[in-house]
Amino acid sequence: MPKVTVDGAEVEVPDGATVLQACELAGKEIPRFCYHERLSIAGNCRMCLVEVKPGPPKPQACCALPATEGQEIRTDTLMVKTAREGVMEFLLINHPLDCPICDQGGECDLQDQSLMYGRGASRYHENKRAVTSKNMGPLIKTIMTRCIHCTRCVRFSEEIAGVDEIGALYRGEDMQITTYLEQAAKHELSANVIDLCPVGALTSGPYAYEARPWELKKTLGIDVSDACGANIRIDSRGREVMRVLPRINDDVNEEWISDKARYQVDGLTRRRLDKVFLRGADGKLEASSWDAAFARIAGAAPGASIAAIAGDMVDCETMFAAKALLRACGSDLIESRQTGMSYDCSNLAAVNFNSGFAGIEEADAILIVGSHMRWEAPLVNVRIRKAVKRGAKVFVVGPHWDTTYNAEFLGTDVAVLNDLPGHVTEAFDKATRPAVIVGGAGLAAGAHGAALKLAQGFGAVADGWNGFNVLHFSAARMGALMLGFAQKGGIADIAAAIPKVVLALGADEVDFSAFEGSLKVYIGHHGDKGAHAADVILPAAAFTEKAGTYVNTEGRVQMSDKAVFAPGDAREDWTILRALADALGVTVGFDGFAELRAAMIAEVPALGREGEIADYGALPTDMDATLESREIVYPIKDFYLTNPIARASLVMQRCSDELLHGDALREAAE
Amino acid sequence: MLADKDRIFTNVYGFQHWGLDASRQRGDWDNTKGLMAKSQDDIIEEIKASGLRGRGGAGFPTGMKWSFMPKESKDGRPSFLVINADESEPGSCKDREIIRHDPHKLIEGALIAGYAMRARAAYIYIRGEYIREAETLQAAIDEAYQAKLIGNNASGTGYDFDVFMHRGAGAYICGEETAMIESLEGKKGQPRLKPPFPAGAGLYGCPTTVNNVESIAVVPTILRRGASWFSSFGREGNKGTKLFQISGHVNTPCVVEEAMSITFEELIEKHCGGIRGGWDNLLAVIPGGSSVPLVPGEQIRNAFMDFDGLKELGSGLGTAGVIVMDKSTDIVRAISRLSYFYKHESCGQCTPCREGTGWMWRVMERLRVGESSSAEIDMLYQVTKQVEGHTICALGDAAAWPIQGLLKHFRPELERRIAEREGSLQEAAE
Repeated sequence: MPKVTVDGAEVEVPDGATVLQACELAGKEIPRFCYHERLSIAGNCRMCLVEVKPGPPKPQACCALPATEGQEIRTDTLMVKTAREGVMEFLLINHPLDCPICDQGGECDLQDQSLMYGRGASRYHENKRAVTSKNMGPLIKTIMTRCIHCTRCVRFSEEIAGVDEIGALYRGEDMQITTYLEQAAKHELSANVIDLCPVGALTSGPYAYEARPWELKKTLGIDVSDACGANIRIDSRGREVMRVLPRINDDVNEEWISDKARYQVDGLTRRRLDKVFLRGADGKLEASSWDAAFARIAGAAPGASIAAIAGDMVDCETMFAAKALLRACGSDLIESRQTGMSYDCSNLAAVNFNSGFAGIEEADAILIVGSHMRWEAPLVNVRIRKAVKRGAKVFVVGPHWDTTYNAEFLGTDVAVLNDLPGHVTEAFDKATRPAVIVGGAGLAAGAHGAALKLAQGFGAVADGWNGFNVLHFSAARMGALMLGFAQKGGIADIAAAIPKVVLALGADEVDFSAFEGSLKVYIGHHGDKGAHAADVILPAAAFTEKAGTYVNTEGRVQMSDKAVFAPGDAREDWTILRALADALGVTVGFDGFAELRAAMIAEVPALGREGEIADYGALPTDMDATLESREIVYPIKDFYLTNPIARASLVMQRCSDELLHGDALREAAE
Repeated sequence: MLADKDRIFTNVYGFQHWGLDASRQRGDWDNTKGLMAKSQDDIIEEIKASGLRGRGGAGFPTGMKWSFMPKESKDGRPSFLVINADESEPGSCKDREIIRHDPHKLIEGALIAGYAMRARAAYIYIRGEYIREAETLQAAIDEAYQAKLIGNNASGTGYDFDVFMHRGAGAYICGEETAMIESLEGKKGQPRLKPPFPAGAGLYGCPTTVNNVESIAVVPTILRRGASWFSSFGREGNKGTKLFQISGHVNTPCVVEEAMSITFEELIEKHCGGIRGGWDNLLAVIPGGSSVPLVPGEQIRNAFMDFDGLKELGSGLGTAGVIVMDKSTDIVRAISRLSYFYKHESCGQCTPCREGTGWMWRVMERLRVGESSSAEIDMLYQVTKQVEGHTICALGDAAAWPIQGLLKHFRPELERRIAEREGSLQEAAE
């Protein structure tokens, strides 16, 4: 713990800290452009110059300078002031003065720092440099004349994403940042470079010229596009969500979100259910009223013969309200695994990502069974990449996908788990923190019990370490399982009960042909597959339009706030279910959202502990571990179109066309 | 004047063949095994005692540099010697003469220096434009391998040592030691941040020393003739002999080996046939390659040509690439051309150099024709000060110093041009 003085004040800094960190500990603001906590140190912007003794009699870049015992650091001298002014002036001489039309305006590091540390006026009278803008795909808009060559984007794609997509061409003042051959950036996290870019060189393509940051209302939310539960900030203006940005949460998403989480929100204004619809005798859906809809449902006289199926993006409150309604009716036909999976949920520890996202970075041997991590949980894949950088070995059972790190594929047949190759078992025997990750495809192939037995055999469950992980990709899944939305035989049990009424809570992936005779009531927000099959459509609120509790795949309980109001006649889901209770003549025991949430927490106390990982107890030891030969098939065929919001989003459709099917389209055009 | 018997580079003019046989007759590879019988620390001590300072420009004591290398590898990493033959400094042309006429001096030096710093291999990074030189060097390396002078059990000493030649692709910045390491690793040639220094983590993350060709090539001779012989030349702190490369307005430009601390006048008179048009016609001298500030003719005539002597004049010895300019020179244009060179060769990594070199060049181009003002001269000086010392590597300094030298010594000339242009504009307007 070296002691240094910063502007005369003594501070003790951790070993290995840099002078910049020491200055921050001392409460001194250090301007910077290239330095970023989560990227390697480049030291090329030269904005963080400070005076350090002992050392050469010139200012030093403090981001790259290790803090050592007895250093005297000055950030307030004339030398530092002129050095900062000088660097600022150099950055600005070739930077266009187009702040009034720049989307970064108002949240631009260059603007802010030139105000604080720059000279008042320019002394540069030559022509400014102009740089052609580059194609980086449908998400990233480039105006490369504004680039200050901090290389944050280059380092992000190399170090975090793990793909060599972005780099620098040429040298000196002709240096240009571009993608290789101007191809689109295709990584699932590529749009994070927009946040990283300290100037307006890389800005958001879909959000271009939409709004100014100071016009936006900021709401804290949780992403529902996958089961990671990334912390997001929903920026809205009036009734429209303008954009989604990541919030920092080191345990969950660090500082990143996937491109889908960021850009599916334009789907919130398209293909929305904003009226009540009833299917007439001619089989066509017609706009109707709430009263008529409730009368139709009551007319079916379900009694206890009512079922509820929860979709992938619903919040816990909605599910609890549905559960309460069904309980009042005398039914417990509730299920959340829409696609028909029936893995054993009797012990929630066995279906949880037990090591945690931060924990998986510590693993030194990882076996992935049936998960296309980059598409199912891009944020977790980034963590595994970190583990590999620290020396972890990774093995994958399933069809090949580009891992962005060294991994060995052990074949597509799940039966390989019965007899792992020698070098794999050796790697796991040597490992002190082995981990097994079972994905949705692994569960579907019946590998759950075998993987758990394997993990326990490797010693993946030890003091302070639980390396058995199940990776879901539905934001609602863990919450639903905690609320008991699981039948022993899965959705087949529900179909076998032949319910008179089926409530589909945003459930779009269900095979509704199994419910031929039932009255299908779709309560959701998008006119997608579920609505097409429904007899009654009750318009509800999307995730930005209601407060709600979500549990991510590691069992972390997180709460999201309401950013905007739902469009048209759409109502928050719980109010619909509450009104339906009246129509059916039953009492659910809550009249307001606060009461509903309190009742939910009373039943499942873990849902009340925001930010914490729910405790599911010990892993079971008696799970059936027999495993038959079965091919693994990943459920996600198109990363950009996995949910109704994304399918309604023009941006996501464009991403799907250009980034995933671009080659096929180009060939067809030729 | 240096006596012929004291010359290290006896074939610098190529009067004899560069090959192994001819080199052996000149004394190269003579009892190399015997030289390497000394312990590694003894060799380093000998080099320290000889007072040899790095010949690449910065003048860092060579022996001390070697002593920073680890004595033993604690984690199994090998050590490397990288030899900087990326001679791209305008005005410098000594390494080229060594490589094409005396390559075995370099290869033998690489072996001995590599042994002394416990390196496993030497990488010679040669400038891309040196095509014939690269061919000669590769042929010489092949000869040495064939004669079992290098390779496994090099020269029968039991020491395994390989020499690789790597050709650059024409970037001046790759002459900077860490940029050279990046380039050797196959990356874009951009200097690294220091620390860590190459002696801790250099090429492929292994301990590395980067030395100039001349620094390495003189090592075998120093060991053969003794440190005291080498240190008998030159003033205190500036010992030894040195290849001077005199170009420009002298009667016979040449590369010549001379004792350090020779006066400028003696160097020019003895070897270059004097200044073109006599001493009164001398305008200015850039004494150490394009990176150092120029010195006006009247100041340099009696100066000692060594590190300290030229430092006193506000310049430096650099690579001893002496550029002589007589009064026919458009000095502003000359310096402006150097500014263009640095603008062109800046790697673009860090801000002051990337943006500053272009700005300085553009102002220089206007100053050349007087399209400027007195206030702008002050501004230009401030800009050079904003670049100098604020960059990752020394290219920023190298770009700033020639302009600072010009402003310091030739400001009246700049103001004359401004006034002249204003005058002619006025005349035209009337």
